[in-house]
Amino acid sequence: MAPLAIRACTATSAVGRGRDALAKALAEGRTGLRRNDFGDDARLDCWIGRVDGLETVELPASLQPWDSRNNRLAWLALAQDGLRAAIDDAVARHGAERVAVIVGTSTSSIGSTEAAYTALEDGEFAEQFARPHVHTPHSLGEFVQQATGLRGPCITVATACSSSAKVFAQAARMIDAGLVDAALVGGVDTLCGSVLFGFNSLQLVSSEPCRPFDATRNGLSLGEAGGFALLERANDGDTGLQLRGYGESSDAHHMSSPHPEGLGARLAMRDALARAGIDADEVGYLNLHGTATPANDSIEAAAVASLFPDALHASSTKGWTGHTLGAAGIVESTIALIALERGELPGTLNSDTPDAACGPQIRFAPQRADIRYSMNNSFGFGGNNCSLVFGRA
Amino acid sequence: MSRLEAKIEGIGFWTRGLPSWPAAREFASSGAQPADAPARPSPQLLPANERRRAPETVAIALEVAMAACEAASRDPASLPSVFASTHGELAITDYMCTTLAADPRALSPTRFHNSVHNAAAGYWTIGTGAMQPANAISAYTASFAQGLIEALTQLHDDADAVLLVAYDGQSAGPLAKMAPSEGLLGGALVLSRDGAGPRLSARLVPVSTREPATGPLARFASANAMAPMLPLFDVLARGAGTAVLPASAAHDLLVEVNP
Repeated sequence: MAPLAIRACTATSAVGRGRDALAKALAEGRTGLRRNDFGDDARLDCWIGRVDGLETVELPASLQPWDSRNNRLAWLALAQDGLRAAIDDAVARHGAERVAVIVGTSTSSIGSTEAAYTALEDGEFAEQFARPHVHTPHSLGEFVQQATGLRGPCITVATACSSSAKVFAQAARMIDAGLVDAALVGGVDTLCGSVLFGFNSLQLVSSEPCRPFDATRNGLSLGEAGGFALLERANDGDTGLQLRGYGESSDAHHMSSPHPEGLGARLAMRDALARAGIDADEVGYLNLHGTATPANDSIEAAAVASLFPDALHASSTKGWTGHTLGAAGIVESTIALIALERGELPGTLNSDTPDAACGPQIRFAPQRADIRYSMNNSFGFGGNNCSLVFGRA
Repeated sequence: MSRLEAKIEGIGFWTRGLPSWPAAREFASSGAQPADAPARPSPQLLPANERRRAPETVAIALEVAMAACEAASRDPASLPSVFASTHGELAITDYMCTTLAADPRALSPTRFHNSVHNAAAGYWTIGTGAMQPANAISAYTASFAQGLIEALTQLHDDADAVLLVAYDGQSAGPLAKMAPSEGLLGGALVLSRDGAGPRLSARLVPVSTREPATGPLARFASANAMAPMLPLFDVLARGAGTAVLPASAAHDLLVEVNP
């Protein structure tokens, strides 16, 4: 594929606001996970990656109709790392109609819908909750469009935990087809009853901080996060970070368990490498989906071992942020870009007992190395897979 | 502004009262409705016990997707797919929120994994064995137009053919007033670069004030959240013409169909 320039990139998660906070937490091995303090007394005994300060974020009056925990996190994330300036610059060069908004989420603002159901008045939404544009999946896309003034095509991608990886692929196609000149991509997901009790009902939530790829891992920790990247066609003479490839696939196996041989994961990784036009041994860092569920990690490790040489440094960063679901794609792409930019390859926090089922690519310890390409894997319910390849101009 | 093009190889359609594309076309031309139309689609892709239990939006998505593939004589497993729905399965959203308010630990694991917006895409790829990419999007009233654009840009990229599926279901519970949608409505297209069938071309144009759609299909299912797709299906029923679909704050998608 034709490379796409990444003019700005940012992620806000439990470890802090913006890219520097993320890089610092990764370098210091400081987790953002805490004992579950979200919601009322009926809390699950688990650990969560919660973003501080969302309760006190005040949206401007014009954006109040979209007020929700999820859109507040979107608002916070939009304010970091020069993203606003990069958007303004793209608008000045291309026009607001020529910049798309393509964002991913799994549950959008459903936390507000849940809250409305706990406070029904005569079976109906109380006035404070009666805001139709919040109670639908496109709440996120519409909010981001309203908050940025962008006027190109605006789409919410909702393929569960691959959502904000797939937005890169969709944006690449839209730019390549000439419909727009640039795209604001990203994703936001926030803690809510649906995901906490939902993943709990599937017995996938650990009562301890998650330990990806550890032989004793026993489930995931849920987190919330938001992030964005501004993509546009790369120019000759560009310097900086680029999207070089994407690969998408389906497992065609089960709604909530991965394909036992990781076939879908392999297809996505192979397709991403092919689009980037590189061999597997050219990749220096792979950020794994690595949720710390027993099934995901051994299957993903086997898929990685089938494609990559032993020298690959691959790790899961969910011990820092928790599994941020529809935001995992953008958060972990930002981490892959930090690795590329700074040569700091994260290890796997909280994990210390290697699983014999996982190959030598899976690293628990961080490493310093200058690399040419990094990758990110994001896999979701429904067997929905996406891999991305990043490089430098 | 770039123009995107495709051949329409196959069409699937289902709504209560018009349970197939031939029935919809007949209604559009003569006003006749089939007697004894079923209240719920019965997609053969699902095993009999799952067919009854599946969420309605999953059932209709699978029904129209398979009908479009059969009309196109395409193996479903060979096609990448794009699923567009405004609200997803509102009955499950209502169930989730009701259960969370009453007894959160009683949440059903099956209903939880069926609550994802890509549930229909998941069941489709599992049922057909399709390992091709599947996308699932929402863009409010622009959901269909943006799904069509995503499908057309996949053809522009490297896909030989792609399946587009659009659907919305019945709203439920206290949420119904916030996310209104009546009945069940689904449409599907198998689009290809250069197969058989009518030619479709689409381009973004500045948004214009639209009169309410007056085609027979547009009026038949006007209260469903996926109704914005119906002007195109009215054009397809006539065999040729132009439909204007809402596509973004600043754009409509102008879609032309020629035999």
